[in-house]
Amino acid sequence: MPSLIDIRRRIRSVKNTQQITKAMKMVSAAKLRRAQDRVIASRPYGALLRKVLANVAAAVAANEQSGGDPLLARRPENRILLALITSDKGLAGAFNSNLIKAAQHFIAGRREASVSMELIGRKGRDFFRKHGASISGEHLGLAAKVKFEDLAAIAGKAMEAYRREEIDAVYIVYNEFKNAASQKLTVTRVLPMELPTETTPVDYIFEQPAAGMLSALLPKYVEMEFYRAQLESAAAEHAARMTAMDSATSNAGEMIDKLTLYMNRVRQASITKEIIEVVSGAASAE
Amino acid sequence: MADALELEVATPERQLVREEVTEVQLPGKDGYLGVLPGHAPLLSQLGIGYLTYVAAGRRKYLSVHSGFVEVLPDHVRVLADAAERAEEIDVERARRAAQRAQEELLNPNLGVDPAAAMAALMRAETRLGAAEKKTA
Repeated sequence: MPSLIDIRRRIRSVKNTQQITKAMKMVSAAKLRRAQDRVIASRPYGALLRKVLANVAAAVAANEQSGGDPLLARRPENRILLALITSDKGLAGAFNSNLIKAAQHFIAGRREASVSMELIGRKGRDFFRKHGASISGEHLGLAAKVKFEDLAAIAGKAMEAYRREEIDAVYIVYNEFKNAASQKLTVTRVLPMELPTETTPVDYIFEQPAAGMLSALLPKYVEMEFYRAQLESAAAEHAARMTAMDSATSNAGEMIDKLTLYMNRVRQASITKEIIEVVSGAASAE
Repeated sequence: MADALELEVATPERQLVREEVTEVQLPGKDGYLGVLPGHAPLLSQLGIGYLTYVAAGRRKYLSVHSGFVEVLPDHVRVLADAAERAEEIDVERARRAAQRAQEELLNPNLGVDPAAAMAALMRAETRLGAAEKKTA
């Protein structure tokens, strides 16, 4: 039977852990709010871009010169670039393991194609380095402060390779932020692009040639896809950590209750034992 | 004909303006454009320069760098790579950037692409200009 002191020590240690998880939960909640604000702030641009792109694409299609841009070229998907957005830090529940599983599943499902990986986030990088995937690039520490330029650079690299026909498709795997309690694992194809369509084409005056406008707009759209994915992932990460830390805190609370009960029982037992000793000692003395 | 335009200015990071305006001037890639309500539909790339608009009788200034603009009779949508309101511009930082760009332009052996330095100089000067107009 463990001694009273041992159990007390154990309780104290669990309490300390609980304080840490509680603090982490609060921090994640604050960071989540900020990350959510950034997701919302990026939406107007994304929506406007989609509208303008749809209009330009419709105008270009009307002038029957579409399909000329290399970013729209479709090829059999033999060489695929998979961008995997994981977190840099752990303690976020199943956040990263779900992503990694999805990425492995993705690769396993395309046995005939060669998949190279662009790894954003430390957790994914660590895993796929160990498991000998073909890695074309690693990017760490982007999630802490998501910057458009950083993601635009990664998108630029992917587009460059696509234009040179070194890869035939680009996919992004990331966790989309749904709400504070759940993330949606998302696999999207960014290249070749699917042009948004507008039902009513407008007859525009083009200051610059329409085809040129389209090929200037397309990269923006791809960059925006990468940026949005990273923003969503950052928000989802904080949400996942908040949930994980919340359940850790309540688990610690349960454990403390159990240990306290056990400690009281041990204390009671030792008191009873002492009484028996005293009584039997007195009895033998008579 | 409508008598007001809805102006939307957004960068990837945030939306700066969403207002009813009566007049917009903006830097197209091939020169400034003035837009009044009822303008014919137009698409253009955006250059580097000032964007000014009049909302509720007051003229406001923004500095914008590169992007796209879509003009509809009752709508102007500006997608800028970067944009700042005149009152937000960090004058000190813009001045330093202008100075650095000038040095880079004058010393080709610093290894900076002259076109990039020129663009940086233009951006910095636009910022300064917009900030000055605000205080003027």
